[in-house]
Amino acid sequence: MRVGEKIEVSAPIDRVWEAVADPERVLSFMSGVTRWEVDGDRMTGLGARYRVLFRVGAAEIGGLIEVVESDEPCELAWTSVLGIDQRGRWRLRELPGGRTSVELRMAYGVAGSGIWGWLAERLASPTVSGHLRRSLRQLKRLIEYEQLRERAAARRAARAA
Amino acid sequence: MASTPLVSAPSRNGHDAANPPTPDQSADRGSLLGRLARGLAGQVQRRIPRADLDERDPDYIREQLPWMWMLASLWFRGEVRGLGNIPDSGPVLLVGNHSGGNLTPDTTIFTLAFSTFFGVERHFYQLAHNLVLAMPQLAFLRKFGTVAASSENARQALDSGAALLVYPGGDFEVHRPSWERNKVDFGGRKGFIRLALDRNVPIVPVVSIGGQETALFLSRGERLARLLMVDRWARLKVLPLSIALPWGLNVGDMLGHIPLPAKITIETLPAIDIRKEFGADPDVDEVYDHLMRLMQDTLDALASERRLPVIG
Repeated sequence: MRVGEKIEVSAPIDRVWEAVADPERVLSFMSGVTRWEVDGDRMTGLGARYRVLFRVGAAEIGGLIEVVESDEPCELAWTSVLGIDQRGRWRLRELPGGRTSVELRMAYGVAGSGIWGWLAERLASPTVSGHLRRSLRQLKRLIEYEQLRERAAARRAARAA
Repeated sequence: MASTPLVSAPSRNGHDAANPPTPDQSADRGSLLGRLARGLAGQVQRRIPRADLDERDPDYIREQLPWMWMLASLWFRGEVRGLGNIPDSGPVLLVGNHSGGNLTPDTTIFTLAFSTFFGVERHFYQLAHNLVLAMPQLAFLRKFGTVAASSENARQALDSGAALLVYPGGDFEVHRPSWERNKVDFGGRKGFIRLALDRNVPIVPVVSIGGQETALFLSRGERLARLLMVDRWARLKVLPLSIALPWGLNVGDMLGHIPLPAKITIETLPAIDIRKEFGADPDVDEVYDHLMRLMQDTLDALASERRLPVIG
């Protein structure tokens, strides 16, 4: 089952990339994520591995994921190594006026689980879509608020000088 | 998945013996009922498959997760808290209170939660009553890592580095009356503490609520069990009476029942290193009392969160 959500952020693409590629910031905007821990020496980039868990219904579902595509600042994709089958992708595109289009996609399922798997994937999709939608809104709020604070701090510094 | 107290002197399959102990065996040796009971006991024992930890099948568990998730999420509105309290690796003894008659939804929900949290790759076994494993229609449980309750099987599982889930209250606790639903009752069974000390593994208490609201449990039927000698031939101390769907009055719960959609909440407490907390040579009774207090306090707290039975 594949779900995806899209949003526009009033910030440059590099700024958005910094947030989505940093494993230490993921928990601050990703909805439903209860764990996002680095597994191994590599923190970011191709081959980085994370142990992740999402709360969906009665269970925290996830496993070990690995970054399989890291094309800064446009594409960041991962796939599962252990746990529930999943693929995810951040798609960032530069828009005029210093804005960025941000798309978050996720595909998930359990191979070989037959009709129950098919049904469970569909029943879980509103929850997963909701998490993606809230994650994008929280990312937008986080980045735009950070920018506002920085601008305000810069204005205060300029006045003081 | 009601478990039995951990016992010693195992033989085939890790059980006490091919013939279950009968203290007054000689007294009723000649009676028809006594012979019938021994015959049935032999039949049950022969049906119990030989315990083999290798029967656990991670791929099979993984493929069953979707229906378990649906059952847990949609029917029981399951909520499992504190799984992060379980050590990330190494052997651990998970000790739970048990509810819900023979269907024990708390076990299904916890197995789902454990398997998705740690991954099906982490070895996880559950001890179950002999009779559960003797039923042909429940043979699939062995693929989930369910093994017959015995000290030999428990030691084997912990020695392999696995997480092991035991329900010391077993059939005694799982059939307690619904008005005792918020009571942890292990019936004084302490073998699990000796096991944890023997293998030097931490205990993680697992407290659940809601299971005893899936039917109206009336009585354990201990007298009835003695009268019909099921304690002899099936190692069952109880023959429970309940009002459950679709049977109405349900005697024995051997065919199971349709559980009411009661909200099940499970809380996993921080791990207890017995020797660290109680000294190098701990008093088993003291540890037992501490654990019972801890689990009962947690169950009381969970009960105070509930507004209505079944609805939660």
